Amino acid sequence: MLRFLASRLLLLVPTFIGISIVAFGFIRLLPGDPVLLMSGERSLPPERHEELLRQFGFDRPIWEQYFTYLWKLLQGDFGISFKTKAPVLNEFLTLFPATVELAFCAMLFAVIFGIPAGVVAAVRRGSVYDQSVMGTALVGYSMPIFWWGLLLIIFFSVTLQWTPVSGRIGLVYFFKPVTGFMLIDSLLSGQKGAFTSAVRHLILPTVVLGTIPLGVIARQTRSAMLEVLGDDYVRTARAKGLAPFRVIGIHALRNAMIPVITTIGLQVGTLLAGAILTETIFSWPGVGKWMIDAISRRDYPSVQSGLLLIAGVVMLVNLIVDLLYGLIDPRIRHGR
Amino acid sequence: MKRVTTLASALLFTTMLAAGTASAKTLVYCSEGSPEGFDPAPYTAGTTFNASSRPIYNRLVEFERGTTKVIPGLAESWEASADGLEFTFKLRKGVKFHTTSYFTPSRDFNADDVIFSFSRQWKKDHPWNQYTAGVAWEYFDGMDMPALLKDIVKVDDYTVKFVLNRPEAPFIANLAMDFASILSAEYAAKLEADGKKDMINQQPVGTGPFMFVDYQKDAVIRYHAHSDYWGGKQQIDDLIFAITTDAAVRMQKLKAGECHVAPYPPPAEIASLKADPNLDVMEQEGLNVGYLAYNTMQAPFDKVEVRKALNMAINKQAILDAVFQGAGSAAKNPIPPTMWSYNNETVDDTYDPEAAKKMLADAGVSDLKMKIWAMPVQRPYNPDARKMAELIQADFAKVGVGAEIVSYEWGEYLERSKAKDRDGAVLLGWTGDNGDPDNFLAVLLGCSAVGGNNRAQWCYKPFEDLIQKAKTLPTNDQREPLYAEAQKVFKEQAPWATIAHSVVFMPMSKKVSNYKMDPLGSHRFDGVDIAE
Repeated sequence: MLRFLASRLLLLVPTFIGISIVAFGFIRLLPGDPVLLMSGERSLPPERHEELLRQFGFDRPIWEQYFTYLWKLLQGDFGISFKTKAPVLNEFLTLFPATVELAFCAMLFAVIFGIPAGVVAAVRRGSVYDQSVMGTALVGYSMPIFWWGLLLIIFFSVTLQWTPVSGRIGLVYFFKPVTGFMLIDSLLSGQKGAFTSAVRHLILPTVVLGTIPLGVIARQTRSAMLEVLGDDYVRTARAKGLAPFRVIGIHALRNAMIPVITTIGLQVGTLLAGAILTETIFSWPGVGKWMIDAISRRDYPSVQSGLLLIAGVVMLVNLIVDLLYGLIDPRIRHGR
Repeated sequence: MKRVTTLASALLFTTMLAAGTASAKTLVYCSEGSPEGFDPAPYTAGTTFNASSRPIYNRLVEFERGTTKVIPGLAESWEASADGLEFTFKLRKGVKFHTTSYFTPSRDFNADDVIFSFSRQWKKDHPWNQYTAGVAWEYFDGMDMPALLKDIVKVDDYTVKFVLNRPEAPFIANLAMDFASILSAEYAAKLEADGKKDMINQQPVGTGPFMFVDYQKDAVIRYHAHSDYWGGKQQIDDLIFAITTDAAVRMQKLKAGECHVAPYPPPAEIASLKADPNLDVMEQEGLNVGYLAYNTMQAPFDKVEVRKALNMAINKQAILDAVFQGAGSAAKNPIPPTMWSYNNETVDDTYDPEAAKKMLADAGVSDLKMKIWAMPVQRPYNPDARKMAELIQADFAKVGVGAEIVSYEWGEYLERSKAKDRDGAVLLGWTGDNGDPDNFLAVLLGCSAVGGNNRAQWCYKPFEDLIQKAKTLPTNDQREPLYAEAQKVFKEQAPWATIAHSVVFMPMSKKVSNYKMDPLGSHRFDGVDIAE
């Protein structure tokens, strides 16, 4: 297990360097001089333009800029945002908990509803239930997030007034963020009604962001279950006279979980991508919205370091997923 | 330390809420974006100014709410020397800075604060000139202040004299702009002593109508009314900015009663907002102009008749309908109608393709091929440049002119369109900074701007003489006729096809009263009230 972990960790190094090159190069491939964009229609005198380019280090050769960036990264310096003049790492750490909270709730929503729906659909294969679940999953999978979000807002928030339109908590609640996770902070604040308000604010964004993963997980669980249900050991378990719940819930589902967990791991990337739109619709102060803003402004330090940090998180999640395989499937753990 | 101060501000705010009990009035404004910081001087974005300079700070002079008229602010009065080179300001006494959880002022506002606020932007060796990495004083530099200022002298604690290198009438209006906000020199000294200079951009202290309480990045900004405000305490107790970047969602929040004021509605929603019984929709022409600039240095656009003919070929009404969807008004002058000196007597080129065709023929132009440059970005003065270019292209085709549409990435576009040998006419526009006509006419059409912001590359002596003369006259009454004449000359010479001024809509709850739309485009909540 330790060797497995070590080999996985070693693989992270070249991946990380690769991503740093891509993140660094990607924003520079986009046409547009950040200093020109900063000044807009007002324009700057040429000498001031040169001075700013020099100040930001853009007058140096690109490889030199890259190595300076890498060297600073190794010292834990992720750069200063052009826009806010604040350290990129601080901005990321301030905003990231909001994204994690939303992504976690969305994933929880997708798993809680997706896996049982997939299992039941597999067990009742071909039934009306199966067809309607799979049909709904397909619709969910193809749902345009922006449209879906607005639709839910208009129906639940404006017409029925059941949920708030956007934000993370009611404006009457004001307390210092301790963890950055609103559900936890609202409990810690001790303010009456704060937690309920935070939960109410989370409902719509969770549903919107969780819809696509829900569709994917339900379909993946169904197909994995169908494969396993036809296997000999399941037939044997049934022949032994085990209760259907044990056959399906323990023997079959555990073996069907490997591809499902892979899917869940892969969905983390999708969730972060989906978070960009969901965060925009629900005014959710997370890293997705922050990245989009940084790209449009050619805020190089925020884009390159922000991408790297997000990629780092995705890599970490994938590593955890890999380790989970080991826990579920001993063959992987023992390197067989 | 930061945690302690934030905790303290939370406590302070809660106490304020409790103290206000049921009578505390809170106004929630769903703002369109996050401020870049709370020190207005290094920035140029209106969103940043709405959250920083307008609620938190004052300037020596202020724009009167709802107008571009300059009125006394932290300076009670001022006088200009006969040669227009010296401006002496008498400062208001007894003006209090905000007492916040992170700073308690020991003295009132005085001349030191004025000197500090300008010197930090002006003097490269000032300890606050580079107080944080990459700080640049875009507006101070952009308004040409370094070249204009010769000296700033503290005559006594309540008198400050600005000495200029040349007479410049718009100088007073410049001092009402956001970059000229007055910060506390005492607070700066404290931050410097604590080694935390960058906090001036995060925890601001000013003299303005509202004091800063807290900012949760990209989510919420909280302010509380300044109880010792020299202009009198505000009627609303708490002001909250709920940052809501998506326009459609912002409008839904307004309809659901989650905010009281929400700017920039999508044009398609204006009808439904107007129909909502709980909402009012205010509207005003924006302080901007969208135009098509010919290159008057290149044949055949060096001929007035050709430019006039092309102007007459453009169907502006079709553009207003299709591109602005009603949120625009046809422009005939290079300055917007809300600006003083606007000349309503000028006559716009009428849409008449037949006459245009004949004029082109008379000018000896046939089979003209040209380029139309379409901006790649949306701007208030041009929400869809590509569509606008296509409509103009079709209009030109009707008079026998073949136009090709070109575009570049925004930075490139701005740079390339400045070239004197540029091929084609450029779609662009401008939003005013200080409500002064010089800020449009000299910046966009002056001879010194050729090869720069003067995209028409148009240097015309009669026009130039008028705007240069106007710049040196001390009062707006004296300047006004010259600018009116300049607009007439502009119209006769037609270096641009003036297309449109955007119309800005501001939907708000009917509970809000006394909100005034600002022709300069900022969103101010001083003087505003809300029914409980």
